[in-house]
Amino acid sequence: MDIRLLDAEPSQEERFAVDQVLGAPESSWDGGERGSMRDAHTSEFGGRETRETRHLLLPALQALQARVGFITEGGLDYVCARLDVPPAEAWGVATFYAMLATAPRPRRVVHVCDDIACRARGARDLCAALEKKCGGPISHEPHGDHVLDSNKPAWMHSPCLGLCDVAPAALMVEAGAKPVERSLGGVTVESLSALLTGAAPALDGAAAPLSVQSADIPAGTGLLARVGKVDPTNLAAYRAAGGYTALAKAIELGAEGVIREVTASQLVGRGGAAFPTGRKWEAVRTQAAQPHYLVCNADESEPGTFKDRVLLTEDPFAIVESMTIGAFATGAEHGFLYIRAEYPLAFERMQHAIAEARAAGLLGKNILGRGVAFDIEVRRGAGAYICGEETALFESIEGKRGEPRNKPPFPVSHGLFGKPTAANNVETFANVPAIILGGGAAFALTGTAQSTGTRLFCLAGNVQKPGVYEVPFGTTLGALIELAGGVTAGRALKAVLLGGAAGGFVRANEMAIKLTHEDTRATGTTLGSGVVILFDDTVDLKDAVLRMAAFFRDESCGQCVPCRVGTVRQEEALHRIAAGKTRGGVKGELALLDELGEAMKDGSICGLGQTAYSAVESAIKRLGLYAEAGAATA
Amino acid sequence: MLKGIHNGAKLYVMDPRRTASAKWADVWLGLNVGSDIALSNTMAREIIHAGLVHAEFVSNACSGFSEYRTSVESYTLEVGESLTGVPADVIREAAHAFAKADRAMICWTLGITEHHDAADNVLALINLCLLTGHVGRWGCGANPLRGQNNVQGGGDMGAIPNKYPGFQEITDPAIQERFEKHWNVKLQATAGRNLTEMLHAMGTGEMTSLYVIGENPAQSDADGHHVEHVLRGLDHLVVQEIVMTKTAELAHVVLPSAATWCEGEGTVTNSERRVQRCRKAAEPPEGAKDELWIMTEIAKRMGLDWTVPSAEEVWDEFRAVAPAFAGGMSYARLEALDGLQWPCPDESHPGSTFLHGRLWEKGEARGDAAPFTVVRHEGPVEMPNDEYPLLLTTGRRLESYNTGVQTAGYDSPLHWGEMLDLSPEDAARLGIADNEDVRITSRRGSVVAPAHIDTALRAGLVFMTLHFPDDVATNLLTIDVSDPKSGTAEFKACAVRVEPVRSLAGVSSASGVAHA
Repeated sequence: MDIRLLDAEPSQEERFAVDQVLGAPESSWDGGERGSMRDAHTSEFGGRETRETRHLLLPALQALQARVGFITEGGLDYVCARLDVPPAEAWGVATFYAMLATAPRPRRVVHVCDDIACRARGARDLCAALEKKCGGPISHEPHGDHVLDSNKPAWMHSPCLGLCDVAPAALMVEAGAKPVERSLGGVTVESLSALLTGAAPALDGAAAPLSVQSADIPAGTGLLARVGKVDPTNLAAYRAAGGYTALAKAIELGAEGVIREVTASQLVGRGGAAFPTGRKWEAVRTQAAQPHYLVCNADESEPGTFKDRVLLTEDPFAIVESMTIGAFATGAEHGFLYIRAEYPLAFERMQHAIAEARAAGLLGKNILGRGVAFDIEVRRGAGAYICGEETALFESIEGKRGEPRNKPPFPVSHGLFGKPTAANNVETFANVPAIILGGGAAFALTGTAQSTGTRLFCLAGNVQKPGVYEVPFGTTLGALIELAGGVTAGRALKAVLLGGAAGGFVRANEMAIKLTHEDTRATGTTLGSGVVILFDDTVDLKDAVLRMAAFFRDESCGQCVPCRVGTVRQEEALHRIAAGKTRGGVKGELALLDELGEAMKDGSICGLGQTAYSAVESAIKRLGLYAEAGAATA
Repeated sequence: MLKGIHNGAKLYVMDPRRTASAKWADVWLGLNVGSDIALSNTMAREIIHAGLVHAEFVSNACSGFSEYRTSVESYTLEVGESLTGVPADVIREAAHAFAKADRAMICWTLGITEHHDAADNVLALINLCLLTGHVGRWGCGANPLRGQNNVQGGGDMGAIPNKYPGFQEITDPAIQERFEKHWNVKLQATAGRNLTEMLHAMGTGEMTSLYVIGENPAQSDADGHHVEHVLRGLDHLVVQEIVMTKTAELAHVVLPSAATWCEGEGTVTNSERRVQRCRKAAEPPEGAKDELWIMTEIAKRMGLDWTVPSAEEVWDEFRAVAPAFAGGMSYARLEALDGLQWPCPDESHPGSTFLHGRLWEKGEARGDAAPFTVVRHEGPVEMPNDEYPLLLTTGRRLESYNTGVQTAGYDSPLHWGEMLDLSPEDAARLGIADNEDVRITSRRGSVVAPAHIDTALRAGLVFMTLHFPDDVATNLLTIDVSDPKSGTAEFKACAVRVEPVRSLAGVSSASGVAHA
């Protein structure tokens, strides 16, 4: 490409960090030293092969971030020279992701979650106390002339870190030759201020999550059967516990046989959209265009969701095996596992599991000696909720801003790199081995006629025992909450957020709602990504609603107008209500919110804008949260 | 071309500089200036030795293969590398990729033709197309990319000194007779002078009058001092122009004309031989006249009482005198079909997508065989020496056009004025800083321009354009040798010396010919 580079030099360490990802430059034309006779007369840089390396842009930027703590102009320029990407475009990518900084940032930054689940457990007070003790947070915005001391740790507010079971939670990142990333649960002002004065972080706070299966799931079965029982770092232990028998059987069944069983199981996607998995796989399998890709969506970012994190960290080999079965069924030889940036342990465990599987011939060119070829590349997100949307996730893997695509065409025909792609959620994949081993029909016996199998729920907020719970579809909301010990001792349940920020609130008197796709649809709610956040009578629900509105405003990719403008206007209206400075009274504001919500739902191209009003709407209409004030001013 | 690249085509760029186009290429072959024939012949030898010749096409459609094979035999990969500078493995790979491609085309611009052996450069490329059968088929061919919308059309209509309209030979008596009959005049049986020959004839006094239409030789031709000198020496210079060019300033009479592409009617022919209508969209400014009117008035002064024809009448006359070429291209059909590709002999003919498609036919339908032409590497006429140690090659930049008549007036963030591009290595050796004024001196003249350090150039090679002749008259430096076959001057290669102006303080007036 004919690009203009910046007039900025990378430091030696930046060069080294990028070369770690991309390999050393091959000539002066791709960032190496000038001077060879060969370079004076030829170049093989800049053509198709070079353009096909664009997908390494995000990993290269992440390497700079991890080395220096932010992306300098020199570092950015070097990446651009290496990948032949215009600096303006690389800048567009670097500024898209919250975990990448383009202005000086201290080497150590503590991201303190102040999202709804952590708020229900005191995150607001915690942040206020921390501010008092250690000074205020830094922001994502560039710092202008005020250059931060790179050696003085800082903290910043963070949206949900997926650590709601150990709330209040934080994530510490430290750039350097040996970068550190640590998820921290049960943080206190003391533990955080120690980190901000340079203390070493405690061991991973998310290492031992609570996972519970309901009594009607037979022992040794279900998605959580191995969690907490089988060493997640040991392939032999996984195999001893029945691992990889499903893959062997899948190869016996053949691709069509696998899809037949998955279709018979009536398995639907667990990421929130509930699309039939068998139908998706069949659509990919029969596409003439090659190659086919398989993508596991582990960009679990819906506030209040952490079930996939538990599967990734505690049963990683099952995800590798399930992806391999999916790839075999859909004819994909190359898979991507896209894990959100905030899950360092999941990244580490999955990397390890994939390496072990590869070494054991369970990934590679000739899996199980049966001529099946498949391998998995792990990619990390960089702090963008929108990348959980599958087409935004493809864009992100391709090295672009994570902006969703218009659909159609759908990913089954035009997905990653424009090729047929099967993209499924972690939990969806995790269901596959049982379907293969026991048969689709047997799988469908669990749950209800229309919602088969079991489902993982993330119980958080003011609940006795936060954690991941597995229950068959059809269990009532009340029974699920009972399983988790109910609301905080001595408190009254005020509301439950079901399905996440993209879901909605239900009242404390709606515990009879059956947790199935059909029942939630009938009652105007959604299972979404399995979020169940309890709010007791101490929680300021209007504050929670505002936090969700701020979340959507912050996470909107800005590509389409209804969402970009709508999420801002929605938050403004809620702020005016909170401040008592309404235009046209609360009633007028609620009418405006309704109109905005409708515009976002109708006009946004992806689920973010389409659902940005749903929790707010449920707070208004289901909880009647603003009714009193509305009546007063009406 | 970028569309093709985005559709998956591979691009090989042969250019001494790593240009903007080369940066898109899968492979850049940075050959030495003037080593184009060496590169073509080396590729040809490699294709022959690797058994990649399209034997069926060569035996069916071509002549002279064995002589050609013998002539390229000495161009081994090693010889090729030493002549072109391009590593042998890269030449080999390019040769194999070209020969093995299902479809491949060669496109070129002035880097091939502005040499003293221009026509031979083209013939060397044609040889490659014949050798591999990449001609006369969809997605193949040898394509000179034209710098103007209607370079081809000028030739079509007979604005060449040795051809009648429709590329009919002036020296063929039968054709001459036909034209004499049609026009009812006696016509000369010998070819006229091309531009280079005209300049020479003006220099010797054989030619005393010149009528220039839409060209700016005072600034666009090589060895500008000489050109200006001979133009000033003419008894009578008439310039017909849409703007006041440097050449027009030298004229005894300037005939302001309308801009035909928008202020008049007519046709243009593009690079793929497609004839298209252009239509009047605006009235010419006060005093500017339609070119047909101007020529009719001149004819009137010469005693020929023509009425001013319409553009369509002129076109229909062309169709009548070149029926095999354009007989089927009525204005009505050109309008209805959005243009037609010649040859198009009659009104039922759909136009010709492939000029050389016949070569794939058998027997009589094939027509004359396509000849291989033996061509040999010579290199530039003027090579660097101790006194003039750098090789200057000239060319264009994306945002500007030729002598700037049409582009100098526009504002563009890419308009940086004239610069001398040179390699970081030469800049360091000569102690030249970026944007510092330098004096560039050849055996013919000397100019001053700011230096621009550019990694696209290698040591020993410098680059300038002809876009800003009023500021920097680059063609004072270029050499006035030209290709005897095409008449094109060797703009692409001359030896120069470059010095920082500050180191010449006080001696600059003595150091060469001052730029007027």
